[in-house]
Amino acid sequence: MSGNEAIARGAYEAGVTVAAGYPGTPSTEILENIVQYTSIKAQWSPNEKVALEVGAGASIGGARALVTMKHVGVNVAADPLFTVAYTGVNGGLLLISADDPGMHSSQNEQDNRYYGKFAKVPVVEPSDSQEAKDFVGIALQISEDFDTPVIFRTTTRVNHSQSLVGLKEPQTPVLKPYVKNPQKYVMVPAYARLRHVVVEDRLVKLARYAETSPLNRIEWGGKKIGVITGGICYQYVKEALPEASVLKLGMSFPLPEGLIREFARGVDNLFVVEELEPFLEEQVRALGLKVHGKDIFTRIGEYTPNLIAQKILLTIGAQEKAEYLASPANSGEPVPVRPPVMCPGCPHRGVFYTLKQLKAVVAGDIGCYTLGSLAPLEAMDTTICMGASIGTALGMEKANPEFKGRTVSVIGDSTFMHSGITGLVDLVYNQGQGTVLILDNSITAMTGHQHNPATGKTLSEQPSYQVDLVKLVQACGISRVQVVDPFELKQVKAVLQEEMAAPEPSVVILRRPCALIVKATGESVETNQENCTGCFQCIKLGCPAISKGEKTVMINSALCTGCGLCLQVCKFSALVKVGGKGE
Amino acid sequence: MSKVTNILLVGVGGQGTILASKILAQVALDSGYEVKMSEVHGMAQRGGSVVTQLRLGEQVNSPLVQQGEADIILAFEQLEALRWLPFLKKDGIMIVNTQVIEPMPVIIGAARYPEGIIEKLQAQRERVIAVDALTEAKNAGNAKASNVVLIGVLAKKTGIDHELWQKALEAKVPQKLIEVNRQAFAAGYALG
Repeated sequence: MSGNEAIARGAYEAGVTVAAGYPGTPSTEILENIVQYTSIKAQWSPNEKVALEVGAGASIGGARALVTMKHVGVNVAADPLFTVAYTGVNGGLLLISADDPGMHSSQNEQDNRYYGKFAKVPVVEPSDSQEAKDFVGIALQISEDFDTPVIFRTTTRVNHSQSLVGLKEPQTPVLKPYVKNPQKYVMVPAYARLRHVVVEDRLVKLARYAETSPLNRIEWGGKKIGVITGGICYQYVKEALPEASVLKLGMSFPLPEGLIREFARGVDNLFVVEELEPFLEEQVRALGLKVHGKDIFTRIGEYTPNLIAQKILLTIGAQEKAEYLASPANSGEPVPVRPPVMCPGCPHRGVFYTLKQLKAVVAGDIGCYTLGSLAPLEAMDTTICMGASIGTALGMEKANPEFKGRTVSVIGDSTFMHSGITGLVDLVYNQGQGTVLILDNSITAMTGHQHNPATGKTLSEQPSYQVDLVKLVQACGISRVQVVDPFELKQVKAVLQEEMAAPEPSVVILRRPCALIVKATGESVETNQENCTGCFQCIKLGCPAISKGEKTVMINSALCTGCGLCLQVCKFSALVKVGGKGE
Repeated sequence: MSKVTNILLVGVGGQGTILASKILAQVALDSGYEVKMSEVHGMAQRGGSVVTQLRLGEQVNSPLVQQGEADIILAFEQLEALRWLPFLKKDGIMIVNTQVIEPMPVIIGAARYPEGIIEKLQAQRERVIAVDALTEAKNAGNAKASNVVLIGVLAKKTGIDHELWQKALEAKVPQKLIEVNRQAFAAGYALG
């Protein structure tokens, strides 16, 4: 099982009955796998803040609840997190933070263990799929015993690695009775002051629990090297230094002071191995212990067992062993990179091609359309975080009047529902002039095709109310709104020019389903070799089905979906639908 | 430390590397090994470079294969074979599909697709087997089954019981496509 499948199973075995989240790699498959357990009400919420609020409500209502998101998603959910840390829970509440060291699919590699320390809640970290499953039940018990939400922190290598898992019979879900208690759940200052005292007291109790928790253990080996570690790094350390002594921390906060001191006494050289920040190391140092960590290890990217072995062996003076582990030199030849691309037939492609032609300044957002920033389209100026596009464009316009009339924001349907609406309200309310392009491909695509409130279906594929984007933007005060087919390049260009020139804010909805969720009905395209002059204008579309032959263009019919964009771009009628005339 | 076999499957998003690795993992499990597998999903459909890492042995800790430690690399595309070559042991086996899929920087003329890749691979490693899996798959009935052709070649090389491979195929491949895949597997097995 992958770590994500295991977490889903763990939720089922532990009697969770409510689960909410927002798609985000590497967390997405948790909810997608929870769906199979009919005892759990699982849902995609529009964003992570709402998801955590739903989870908190479920917990207060007496159920065990689980909320999932990637690391940056916790930034969105941070507001409820910090206050639920004060209110505490009724049924157990887990917040799964799937971090991404190495940024395989993220805009940063923030270390979310700090949220535990900051919000004063415990952090639990599994190191493989078996623990990913087992720790869910343990963490929920901690949540209920200590009256606290618990952060369940994973990294990509745990979420997306597969290892053997032994299963258990699921326990019957228990619904705790709800008792009205405003002093606990209504955080006006008078009550919040009382709860802070409870929170501080709770941390002391949790630190005491950590000393004897099954989550933490010392594995005594040789005396020379002692490593404090957790998460996937535990597996790397066991691989790299099988003879070393290891203090395995399954709970990264709060830390067991007694256990750490006992471990430090038993080894000659103490190390902390953790990816990203010196979260554990700082706390060990604060105990007055001599320890190696970020003095020898980087804060950037992922580790490997060889790297860990090399750094540690070098530090203790085992020179030759360390050199043996140094990475072999590369074959020398530079190999072209292979960046991800928009699929053949992607409805976003023509939009960015047009924006580049218009020399627009583009505030972008997060989704498949972020690929519009890469060569050859290169039609994006900024991308910061979910929903940032609209506010960013407004800010640029306010900073420099030259941006008026040239600046657009580009946002997808799911991202718009997530956190674009408030940006749009700001644009109208504070009298900006910008044009907002909503790329509506009827799905949350980049994370693997999930539903959202604008698609009309739920996580479990049940039909549901579908948000009417036109009515929604009109209700926000937009009077200029048009719906355009992104495959009609002439129309796209004309509408964009018109709306960008208009002295009031406008929305253009470019609507066509994602190429991967519809069957390609268009005939493939082929090159009319006589007409092709080799101008290669069509190559500028950046379609993987189009490549340069010796002098003319070649179309890969296995990839081509017949979307017809290249036909519209060619001035020489050199691209035609197979078996027919060019359009 | 117990002996661990390290296998990398490398290719381009959309080529079916993940299905191939699932078949391989199933066979390893049925053979009684502990198996750990690592994959990076992000590029699974967006035409980026994808790699699945498989480790099998009596006891496996890290799910990652390190540079210079792969016993076998199954490469679904030539450029990816070249990219991941440094991970192959000096005496490791590389099975490479001769298919070429140009990455976007090459398509737009910003980079050149290296020439003579198969020769370059064979110059650096003794055991490189080039397979035209695409043609074999087309002959078997479906171009998309080239991943299973490569699995067939690998199956022959590992010497693991043919039966176990058949069983894994049945378990992992959609029922309506099973015949095509059986033929693709057989074609690869014959070449191995």
